[in-house]
Amino acid sequence: MEIILAILIGVLYTAGVYMLLRRSILKFIIGIIFLSNATNLLVFISSGIIAGKPAFVDGTTPSPNNLADPLPQALVLTAIVIGFGIVVFTLALKFKFFETTGTDDLDQLQQTDN
Amino acid sequence: MQTLLLVYLVSAFFPFLFRRKLLKFIPFFLAFVHLGSFSFFLSKVKWIADGNVLSETVAWVPQLGINFDLVLNGLSLAFALLITGTGVLVFLYAHAYMKSYKNLSVFYFYLFLFSAAMLGLVLSGNLIQLFVFWELTSYLSFLLISFFHEKETARNAAFQSLFLTGFGGLVMLGGILLLGSVIGSYSVSDWVNQSGLLKSHQFYLPGVVLIFVGVFTKSAQFPFHFWLPGAMQAPTPVSSYLHSATMVKAGIFMLALLSPVLGGTPLWTYTLSMTGAITMFLGAYFAITQTDIKAILAYTTISSLGVLVLLLGIDTALSVKAAMLFLYVHAFYKAALFMIAGFIDKKTGTRDWRNLGGLARSMPVTFVFALLASLSMAGLPPMLGFLGKELIYEAKVQSPVIAPYVLVLGVAGNALMITVALFFLYKVFLGKPKNQVEIKVKTDWAYIIGPGLLALLSLFFGLFPAVLGETIIEPALISILERDYNVELKLWHGFNTVFFLSLFTVSLGFILFYVVSRNDSVLEKWRAFNQRIFSVRFVDVFNSILKGFLDFSKRKTELVQHGYHRFYILTIFLVASIFLWYQVYVTIGWNLENIFTLRPFYVSRLVLVIILSTIFSVVSKSRMATIISMGVVGYGIALLFMYYSAIDLAITQIIVETLILVMFVLILQRLPLFARLSSRTSRIRDFFIALSFGSAMTVLALKSINVNFNHPISDYMIENSYTNAFGQNVVNVILVDFRALDTLGEVTVLVVAALGVYVLLKTRKT
Repeated sequence: MEIILAILIGVLYTAGVYMLLRRSILKFIIGIIFLSNATNLLVFISSGIIAGKPAFVDGTTPSPNNLADPLPQALVLTAIVIGFGIVVFTLALKFKFFETTGTDDLDQLQQTDN
Repeated sequence: MQTLLLVYLVSAFFPFLFRRKLLKFIPFFLAFVHLGSFSFFLSKVKWIADGNVLSETVAWVPQLGINFDLVLNGLSLAFALLITGTGVLVFLYAHAYMKSYKNLSVFYFYLFLFSAAMLGLVLSGNLIQLFVFWELTSYLSFLLISFFHEKETARNAAFQSLFLTGFGGLVMLGGILLLGSVIGSYSVSDWVNQSGLLKSHQFYLPGVVLIFVGVFTKSAQFPFHFWLPGAMQAPTPVSSYLHSATMVKAGIFMLALLSPVLGGTPLWTYTLSMTGAITMFLGAYFAITQTDIKAILAYTTISSLGVLVLLLGIDTALSVKAAMLFLYVHAFYKAALFMIAGFIDKKTGTRDWRNLGGLARSMPVTFVFALLASLSMAGLPPMLGFLGKELIYEAKVQSPVIAPYVLVLGVAGNALMITVALFFLYKVFLGKPKNQVEIKVKTDWAYIIGPGLLALLSLFFGLFPAVLGETIIEPALISILERDYNVELKLWHGFNTVFFLSLFTVSLGFILFYVVSRNDSVLEKWRAFNQRIFSVRFVDVFNSILKGFLDFSKRKTELVQHGYHRFYILTIFLVASIFLWYQVYVTIGWNLENIFTLRPFYVSRLVLVIILSTIFSVVSKSRMATIISMGVVGYGIALLFMYYSAIDLAITQIIVETLILVMFVLILQRLPLFARLSSRTSRIRDFFIALSFGSAMTVLALKSINVNFNHPISDYMIENSYTNAFGQNVVNVILVDFRALDTLGEVTVLVVAALGVYVLLKTRKT
């Protein structure tokens, strides 16, 4: 299964980078979303994937050996939330930018001021 | 001596403490400090002459073998006396000269700090420390030249001098480090002890050349000489202190300091003699066609510095003796003449000799002093300058191999010097009075006391040279030559080669003076001739090199900083994917233990759905379709998380994905339609770059799964989650307990982002 997931990561990265290279700012933002999804998945599978054994413990029984690793999950959780923050902020920025300049073209942003 | 330097440093800040009314006492106070340290050094003269050396050491960076060393030997004493002695007179003079200007406290601060730096420089027993003081004097010189910073010429001149001396200083540091690495120490005494090792080492040549560049820029040697005339934009006290008596002599000090270490080789002798001789001649040659009397003095200073470099280059006992004597000769007469020039400027409002004449009548005392100083400059008896010149001739006659060239240039240069001195006297003080303005200037004594004392000293030491010779020149010589040397100075040497050379020079000078002063048109023609044959001016060359350099950097910057956002990103990903593939290539031997399988089918089908909607979202032309298929990708990944035991991730992903979708849909109607902006070729190019990066990441992901840690960090967390933190969901416990601070940071980021979004959406278009 890892191979298929790795291919999925590759596809997501390809899509993300391709979208980042577009001139349209909206596509650029979508590129960011793909990129953050891809990175989350990469971190998630890097510790090995285990189906159906979430890291739940109770004090009574000794903890089983092959639980899913909780640490990458915690990291990815943080990353998802931060990624969300970035996307929402960029979207708002984009909205304001379009309102002010009336363009969606990144090539129009060459000069610092005009 | 540390105390002395400390006193200097503290006193430099005094100008800021004085109230406005007391401002006029600052120069007296600072002159008094100079006087105090001058008497301190004077009291040491006898002791040093007996062969003692005063040294103090404070640990500075002992790990690098760099200490704060202060050494007072014959050489540094000679310079220290010069710095503090002229310091007293310059500050008294500045009291009168600077009275009418603003920002006086700043001026005195700079000038006094300069004295401290210069004193630190000549007392340094360690070359790194010397370099620090060396650079300090460059910076302070910059600040003082640009003191009248509202004038553009002053700013340009200041920049030029800073650029050249700063550049030279850095180059010199390179030389010091190179030679220091051979010995493993930066202490001057260590260098002196191991000079044999240095001279035979392969770093000798580059090291010496680098140090020479530093010396030549600081002491205004050809071809770096042109900053010195520009530096005349500084107030006159600065010119007479920094640019004639002290700072420009720093290079000479460096040469004298290092001559026992590096001197005596053909490289040393030839480079210094030739540079010195050329500078000496050119300085005198250009001096004669100047019209500004300060510029005349500046060019003669260049010439004199050339003489000093030449003498240290010849590097015989006699020539070093001549150099040390000439150091004093020059300081006496040149500082005096600068002060007189400043006084004339104040009194008449002009520094152009063409508008001056007959000043002897209105300024008789000044005339007498100017006469004495000029005679010393011309090298005529009975002044100290005569002695200096005789000795220099004697040294030049003895100079090895290149003596004829040096002698020819020397005679020509000296003859020109005599002409300049006589011309200056004749045009400014004698002759018909021009209709110059006479400005009433109060406290004349303050203007005259400095040059007067210096001129009288020139006369006194000319008549009784033994006083200077035994007390100052001899100890200085002993510390340069590293052996005993008996200095005898006499006014009359008898009829010998040197005497006839001298006679020849003087008559040449007088003839030239006669020709020039008879007819003004001769000088005019000469000036025009100079402009024709020296059509390339050094200042212009400097400026065009600088401009070329700036243009070059601008073009380079424009190439890299082109302003196209997507090309920046393209560069980043291209480079990143090259590195990734290189990494893949390096680790090609790793065996991947992954088996390709499609089981369980519902997961592989889910992955297929995600991949398809990703592709669809990229190629779709409709915004809505893109966003919805993006949502499918997000929810699909949430399902994957759920299947692979990450419940919390799945919940978070679903919430986030929903919010993003809502946000997109909300503002979508306010945004433009997708436009296909880029061309087909650029799309294909972008696709291949993205593909290469994506496939590299696939390989990376596969490899990362095969990296196994011995002990996952999470073992500890799983064990302690319930017992210590009382939580069953380990992921949650990590977030709110083990790594709670991280979560706090994350919350902060979200709050900041939320505030940003609120402000951006709230503010209306104005």
